[in-house]
Amino acid sequence: MPGSETSDVIIIGGGLHGLSTAIHLAKAGLRAVVLEKDHPGRHASGVNAGGVRRRGRHLAEIPLSVAAQEVWANIAEFVGDDCGFTVCGQIEIAESDDELVQQAHRVGQLRGLGYSHEQLIDRESLREIVPALSPHCLGAIWCPDDGAANPYRTTQAYYRTALSLGVQVKTAAAVGEIEQSAGLWRVRVAPGRFEAPILVNCAGAWGQQVCRMIGDDAPVEAAAPMLMITEAVEPFITPVLGAVGRPLSFKQFANGTVMIGGGQRGRAVPETNIAETRLAGMGNSARTVKALFPQLGPVQVVRCWAGIEAVMPDAIPVIGPSRAAENAFHAFGFSGHGFQLSPIVGRLLCELITEGKSSLPIDAFAIARFGNAFGELNG
Amino acid sequence: MISRVPLAVIGAGPAGLAAVAEARRQDIETALLDEQMLPGGQIYRGITMADPLADPEREEILGPDYTRGRDLLLREADPGRHDFFGASVWQISSNGRIYFSRDGKADELHADRIILATGALERPMPMPGWTLPGVMGAGAGQTLLKSLGLVPEGRVVLAGSGPLLWLLTAQYLRAGVDIAALVETTPAANARAAMRYLPGLLRQRELLGQGRALLKELRQSGVQHIKKASGLAAIGDDQVRALTFKHKGMAREIPCAHLFLHTGVTPNIQITKALGLPHEWDHGQRCWRPRPSPDLPHIHLVGDGAGIVGARAAALQGRIAAMKLGDDQAALGEAEAELRQCLAARAYVDTLFAPGEEFLDPGDETIVCRCEEVTAGGIRAFAHEGCRDVNQLKAYGRPGMGPCQGRMCGLVVAEVLSRSLGTTMEDVGYFRLRWPSQPVSMDQLANFAEGEDAGL
Repeated sequence: MPGSETSDVIIIGGGLHGLSTAIHLAKAGLRAVVLEKDHPGRHASGVNAGGVRRRGRHLAEIPLSVAAQEVWANIAEFVGDDCGFTVCGQIEIAESDDELVQQAHRVGQLRGLGYSHEQLIDRESLREIVPALSPHCLGAIWCPDDGAANPYRTTQAYYRTALSLGVQVKTAAAVGEIEQSAGLWRVRVAPGRFEAPILVNCAGAWGQQVCRMIGDDAPVEAAAPMLMITEAVEPFITPVLGAVGRPLSFKQFANGTVMIGGGQRGRAVPETNIAETRLAGMGNSARTVKALFPQLGPVQVVRCWAGIEAVMPDAIPVIGPSRAAENAFHAFGFSGHGFQLSPIVGRLLCELITEGKSSLPIDAFAIARFGNAFGELNG
Repeated sequence: MISRVPLAVIGAGPAGLAAVAEARRQDIETALLDEQMLPGGQIYRGITMADPLADPEREEILGPDYTRGRDLLLREADPGRHDFFGASVWQISSNGRIYFSRDGKADELHADRIILATGALERPMPMPGWTLPGVMGAGAGQTLLKSLGLVPEGRVVLAGSGPLLWLLTAQYLRAGVDIAALVETTPAANARAAMRYLPGLLRQRELLGQGRALLKELRQSGVQHIKKASGLAAIGDDQVRALTFKHKGMAREIPCAHLFLHTGVTPNIQITKALGLPHEWDHGQRCWRPRPSPDLPHIHLVGDGAGIVGARAAALQGRIAAMKLGDDQAALGEAEAELRQCLAARAYVDTLFAPGEEFLDPGDETIVCRCEEVTAGGIRAFAHEGCRDVNQLKAYGRPGMGPCQGRMCGLVVAEVLSRSLGTTMEDVGYFRLRWPSQPVSMDQLANFAEGEDAGL
């Protein structure tokens, strides 16, 4: 088509998964164009909690997460920056005997599958690792080699690396129309038209819209996970802390501020990029914090924010080829835990595109899992 | 128990007080909230504190424009049973719930209509050394004078531009402060540009008279009054030691123990941004103005918080907003005419005292975001790396993410970025702000549970 820019692969979505895919494709010698409706890291990739964790993953995600962690250990080799990654450990606390039993079962199950990254620790060891924790906590799962990174820096590093490898990243380029003819995907965006034989959907909370443009469908909920930041306080905790029985992700930064997230949701309006905070959610987080760290009651929350994230009904992503169309692939719907997976998902998509198969098992993430039931629901 | 009222007014400066007075005159049950412990806002701060007969000296120091506030307050706005002072509002839901903290406890109030009269903030005046101890805003200096009767000890220099700077100089002179100099930075080009608005100024004779009286007082005092200074810098190691600047091609240095800076005020938009109201860039005042929205028809905007108008026009706006709740069309028409008259000189004042370019686009070494210590050069480097708007800037260098949440730096950061990119202020935008608009403790937040904010 005259006036179109032609490349090998069009990637829709300039978040971490889209950029990671572009980086891997560029290294494999393919020319990729990334179409981003806002700017890289505007949504979930840039404003998440920055957890780099294998802890607590869905069994299907573990092989990917373990492989991703190997990249994180030398993340600068991948994207030329340490992304603020620190190995501070990730811990999940148990507050009742039932929760201890659940944790023992979980760690046993992982051992059976050959994974040793999650370790059970008793009350005394927990006390040594997090002395500030309320004494009612009974034990924990401990992942000493997990950690956290800075999502802003990470997104910037991915973006710069993609650009340095010759990837074209078009910002403010919301997709208007997609059609496939004569073996080419033709994508129309406000500033122009793009053509390529292969299309990749990394559109996050907007992933369902892209699916529908190519004949697929998937039930994506646009959610708005909330995070709060406190004023700076004396250092009192090193690892990122979660809990079996509470939605929580709790981390103190080097500057003394404490970030509280995990599970509390605001209100998302993906059409207008709005992610509003909710007072009840802030209240829930504050009660959780006070239950685990009563001494933090008087500490001020100085900032609260929310970002728009795609959540799937089964809380695991869609990764793999399109069901309806040839030469189209998906990676979206990471349901609040895609940050750590970003180095590996791009690699797997690159393998699917260049070799036709993935080196790690991804069947559990097939879009077909929503197939008939979802198709029927939609009439 | 949650109180429900037909009207809540947030801010007890001239605009808010006039709105409350008019609403109560109409027997509309009205709640008034303000974060200060006493009514008066910034301009009439502490107005109810001292008995004028008992403390005539204070009256004389602060001057007649200040004491006028007492009339507004005592004659018109009788204290009501829904007055909440020391109440820091940190969230307003779209269904009219107002959340605030008082005495370290969270509280809430439900209002059918809300008049926001949240006033202005001093525009930051970044220059080399402005973060040194001993350097502060002239507005902050005046606050200490009004609320605590505090005046600086040792030699003082006041620098910048705007009527508040003249006023504080006069007040300090009356209080016997040792003033080394008043150093004005108003560029010569401003006076030329303002000439076309002179007819408006002439229509507001009272304002003109006030300005002339202040200048005459300064002249007669013999205080050193330097005009059209540029290239300002505060110098000192761990405390300001002197102000340096250029004047008539010469490098000058005036030693001082305290330096007060001022280059105008801008609307405080923390609440209006968090509410999601539209904001438009006012090129003349170089600030964002919140606009009413059909999505939030119960939110009304008055006073300096909606665009700088000054105390008298602010009070009229407050009164008009409350009058519109009633049906006295004749009185409303009169008040609106008075407001137009009261704004006649606005364009002249805005143009004459427009901030100098050196404070909108400071040198590379100058810190613009004090909380996160980001320099103007840092912002320019981020622009060079591809940053296109102020919200993206947070990803590059965290400006606006510290305790002040951009109250101090927001406008300067955007000015530097837009100049660096060669784009407009609309292009670079303003920080997205979310509730809570002020810090709130965990203890207070913990009181809120599901089902209490269905309207959000």
